[in-house]
Amino acid sequence: MATASLVVGGTQRKAKVRLGPVVERILGYAVLALVLVWLVANIVADPDRFLGSLLVGLQNGLLYALVALGYTMVYGIVELINFAHGDLFMLTTIIAAGLMVTLLGVTQLTAVSILALLLALVVCMAAGGFINMSAEFLAYRRLRSAPKLAPLMTAVGLSFIFRGIAQQEYVNGSAQKNWPITWGGPVIEGVYVYKLVMVLAVTVPLLLLMTWIVSRTKMGKAMRAVAQDQDGARLMGINVNGTISFVFGLGGALAGAAGVLYFLCQTQTYYDTGTQLGLIAFTSAVLGGIGNLSGAVVGGLSIGIIQALNEGGAYGLGSTWSQSVVFIILIILMVFKPEGIFGRPTTEKV
Amino acid sequence: MAAASHAAPSSSGGQRSLGRLAWPIGYVVVILFLFFLYFSILPSLVKPVSAPVLAWLPVATINECLMWAIMALGLNVVVGYAGLLDLGYVAFWALGGYTAGWLMAFPFNWTWDFHLFSPVKSTLPGTHINFWLVCIVAGILCAILGLIIGAPTLRLRGDYLALVTLGFGEVITQFFRNSGDIAGFNLANGDPGISPIDPIGTGPLGAAGIAPPLLTNSAAGNVWKILVLGLLVGICIFVSLRIREGRLGRAWLALREDELAASMMGVPLVRVKLLAYAVGAFFGGIGGVANASAITTAVSPSGFDFGKSVLVLLMVVLGGMGNVWGVTIGAFLLSWLNSNGLKQIGVQIDAIAGTNLEASLPRYNYVILGLLLVLMMLFRREGLIPESRTKALMQMPSRTEAESLGADSLEAEAETDAVEHSDAGADAKIAASAAAMAGSGAAAGAGTSSGARREDES
Repeated sequence: MATASLVVGGTQRKAKVRLGPVVERILGYAVLALVLVWLVANIVADPDRFLGSLLVGLQNGLLYALVALGYTMVYGIVELINFAHGDLFMLTTIIAAGLMVTLLGVTQLTAVSILALLLALVVCMAAGGFINMSAEFLAYRRLRSAPKLAPLMTAVGLSFIFRGIAQQEYVNGSAQKNWPITWGGPVIEGVYVYKLVMVLAVTVPLLLLMTWIVSRTKMGKAMRAVAQDQDGARLMGINVNGTISFVFGLGGALAGAAGVLYFLCQTQTYYDTGTQLGLIAFTSAVLGGIGNLSGAVVGGLSIGIIQALNEGGAYGLGSTWSQSVVFIILIILMVFKPEGIFGRPTTEKV
Repeated sequence: MAAASHAAPSSSGGQRSLGRLAWPIGYVVVILFLFFLYFSILPSLVKPVSAPVLAWLPVATINECLMWAIMALGLNVVVGYAGLLDLGYVAFWALGGYTAGWLMAFPFNWTWDFHLFSPVKSTLPGTHINFWLVCIVAGILCAILGLIIGAPTLRLRGDYLALVTLGFGEVITQFFRNSGDIAGFNLANGDPGISPIDPIGTGPLGAAGIAPPLLTNSAAGNVWKILVLGLLVGICIFVSLRIREGRLGRAWLALREDELAASMMGVPLVRVKLLAYAVGAFFGGIGGVANASAITTAVSPSGFDFGKSVLVLLMVVLGGMGNVWGVTIGAFLLSWLNSNGLKQIGVQIDAIAGTNLEASLPRYNYVILGLLLVLMMLFRREGLIPESRTKALMQMPSRTEAESLGADSLEAEAETDAVEHSDAGADAKIAASAAAMAGSGAAAGAGTSSGARREDES
């Protein structure tokens, strides 16, 4: 026995840097258990604050989910991290602000201003879809057969362009801009109920619509086919370019809807919002398993709730650390379960 | 005959040593030329000649370019050589800067006085350590941070790697933003940051009265900084070139081109990847110290944003990944555009067309940089001065195309598993899949229904 272990040690001495799969799994469960303990401790210590944080988390999480869907769909179909997606979302918040406050003069959300909200939704979704589709048409399409770094860098370049446009004085300026919109209605634990209702009323139908498009329509079928095998799909008579374009449009439209909601919830616009929220949304997409649509929603909600608990719960690090918390979740996830909650493990094909 | 055959190798040897010395000599000439240009040539020229040069290329801009060149060369090791996409490189720049803040600044927190070969007056309070020592310390600290960041990303590829490094970059920036109160301890003074940071001293040159004793942000100090930063860039170029030729550099290139093949050829992936991070981070730390001490003379978290990571990456990609000279030129070009170029182009256009672009053009720097990046990726993916190997790599058809030509994934998957987990079970799996392949191959030879059957299986 001793000699056998010696031999094994001798041959594998250098390669054995990484942990064994068993230890890794145990560590993974330990991390999971810690999160659960933290959740329970938060409930026990201060149930009211927990409820408030939960509601905030729900509200933010649904927005993250909308943006995350754009990331995950695009990744699912062309394997591209669309770094510009968050900034596209940011542009739509600015469009929504310009439309609702400057043009339509909305300062309070009443029954009448629901019309303005609907108009803003339509305009921003159209704008988001259009910008994303043009980006795909002008840039990503030409890079489809290029090495992965090229489209990724292009996405970063587009994100720079979007940010640069938003930074101009006549668009939004480089400082945070607060808009005069006041919210009325009942408040539970610091959460405006109408905000939550609005977010739910917009997000849930959109998500259902999305599910219907992807699972029931011909276009959805084409999307799934193209995601599996572009060449195969082309041979089956599917318009691959059109399908990819449609996916980009759909993602952009969801980002547009999220932009309107985000603007109305936060009543402020800032050129850097996109990078921050985009990264969080992407983390959500990865958490749920990238390429998986329901995973993105679950991931968005979980990240939203964890972030809200961190900021408002009894045992939290506070909002100054919220980015770090999200990214540490991402890093831990990458170490233990890179494929996400619902994703399937992928191996590199040679 | 004998004499001729004797002479031939020696002359070729001489040529080789000259070739080896070509770039150091050229580089020294360029740096000395820049130095003397600003030190003695320009001041002695008449104003109509010297003014445009100073307007287009002020000394401060040259220093900035040199500092960015250090950063770009460091990222080039990680991205260009080893092919590990790092979007959080700003983390090392920040840590380097803060090391300078901790070791060569007036006190913001602590009360002890400590001087070590420092050029500043010994009566000043706070920690004051010599610039070169701080460079080494910062490099080592950053290398350790690089190992810490590198370790969890070892198994990740491409996009995921980019994301995790990006996450680390953001976490570290936020750490410094909140550093005014880490569990009640003021670690790095939070949002206001640390200032002023000691300038570089000139030692004996300063004592002899040739150079100013302290290289502050004055006209005289800036000129001498060209030499100091030029030396640092020279060291970085030298190290980059030498490492690339060595065993480690060749391992990195192999890793970049095909990780799986490299590991099959016996490249120790873990060590090689971690070393890439560490070496890149070392350069980044030096760049951070140079920036904090010579360029900004202060560190604050607002300077270390995601945009800076992307800017450095842009320098690497624009110049030509993997090519030291391309990367250096990319760094010069972009940092010049960013600091002075755009404004000066605006001034020039104003003078010709009577527009008012001087103020507005620099505000579009993000748009222009982004546009540059997109156009670059569309039309010249391999960079301005590409490395020959990168060129081939960037123009190769992607793997999906090769796959559609008939590469089979069933067998490959089992192989990958075997490499990654290196256990006995996977060997059995390979054998099983090989058997399955053989079976299906035989079936394909025998009947036409095998394609449909395999579809069902998968």
